[in-house]
Amino acid sequence: MFLQVLAQLTEGFYNTLLIFGVTLLVSLPLGLIVAFGSMSKILPIKVITRLFVWIIRGTPLMLQVISVFYLPGLLFYYPMRSRMTAVLVAFIINYAAYFSEIYRGGIESIPRGQYEAGKVLGLTKWQIFYHVILIQVIKRILAPISNEVITLVKDTSLARVIAITEIIMAAEIAVSRYAIVWPLFFTGVFYLLFSGLLTILFDKLEKRFDYIKV
Amino acid sequence: MAFFEIQNFKKNFGTTEVLNDISFRMEKGEVLAIIGASGSGKTTLLRCINFLEKADCGRMFIDGKLLLDAQTTYSESEEQLRQKRLHFGLVFQSFNLFPQYTALQNVMLAPRLIYKSSENEKEIEEQAKRLLARVGLSDKMSNYPHELSGGQQQRVAIARALILNPDVLCFDEPTSALDPELTGEVLKVIKSLKSKDRTMIVVTHEMEFARNIADKVLFMANGMIEEYGTADEVFLFPRSEKTKAFLSKLGDVKGNEE
Repeated sequence: MFLQVLAQLTEGFYNTLLIFGVTLLVSLPLGLIVAFGSMSKILPIKVITRLFVWIIRGTPLMLQVISVFYLPGLLFYYPMRSRMTAVLVAFIINYAAYFSEIYRGGIESIPRGQYEAGKVLGLTKWQIFYHVILIQVIKRILAPISNEVITLVKDTSLARVIAITEIIMAAEIAVSRYAIVWPLFFTGVFYLLFSGLLTILFDKLEKRFDYIKV
Repeated sequence: MAFFEIQNFKKNFGTTEVLNDISFRMEKGEVLAIIGASGSGKTTLLRCINFLEKADCGRMFIDGKLLLDAQTTYSESEEQLRQKRLHFGLVFQSFNLFPQYTALQNVMLAPRLIYKSSENEKEIEEQAKRLLARVGLSDKMSNYPHELSGGQQQRVAIARALILNPDVLCFDEPTSALDPELTGEVLKVIKSLKSKDRTMIVVTHEMEFARNIADKVLFMANGMIEEYGTADEVFLFPRSEKTKAFLSKLGDVKGNEE
């Protein structure tokens, strides 16, 4: 029985990691594009992007997961083939919206003088962004990004609303079926270790940028 | 023919008139000090010259060539404007060094990116070192800006502007953000730059310095040129009432402090 439960938990563990990894991998760069959209000088792009960010940040992720899973089938007769795809799409959109606001805050916090210094030195817009602004932005957004990333670890549990067996659901099934409690502790320890590891990782990253004082 | 000339610069921010018909000429190697109360348009004038702000109307010539005609120039491509900017250097009041680069890297960044070939790398580095030595910072080359005093940061900024060898080097209140005991070292460096082929415009509140370094002095009030002449003419024999009032007020302040 122990091995059987462990196998189930491992499967849940795998799904949790998958959601976490893919969401980060796609939403981190996608967020930057959304950030540029919400800072765009072209008004319609800016308005549409900000409306989008408002809707995504203003509604629960759980509702978004359910919507992405059911709406394509119900509205367009194009059902979602896989539950995992639906979860990933919802998570990526949600996190891209949050990341975009962090990026925007970071980019807008860089003093105008930095851009102007680049300009009077004859640098192009792209050179200014890449060689002057970017690394200062990265330094400034590391802390809020690490917050979001740790939240994402725990948000992965929402995947269960469309019956993806992530680790908590796997644990709950085992607990109710065999009347045992250790899977709950096992799950708790998993989350703690995971977020602990991320905390250490981000601390190290932040140290690497210590030489920049902005 | 004048080396650098500005004709009829005008600039409004909304309904506020910031520059009203500014014209002047400079010879090569000349140092022009621009003085005047805060809000008189001095900084805006420098920013227009450096293409950081768009003049509403006016023309600018360098070495006889038309560089800017406010009616047409600003519709040129980003690239063309960037090229034109390279005729000028600007040292900011707040230094604006890049915090992620050492003093040496700050000075080297622009030539490195502009002249992209790797053969020049060594040459650029040597020149950057020479310039940092010239502003008295040989021993601070590998320090980051936050490890330097304000005066040292400003001297790095001067070296950073010098390396591109601009036709006209502008200073926007280069010592206003500094503690009084640090202004001297920066002013000394600026003074040492004066030479027969370096043309400089210095916006400053340091009257002693302006009088010492400037060939010509331009006093601005309410976006207009109130008085223009040699340093002695403006400081010793001002004609305009506004200039007299401005200079005597400064004298009072000094008197009170002593």
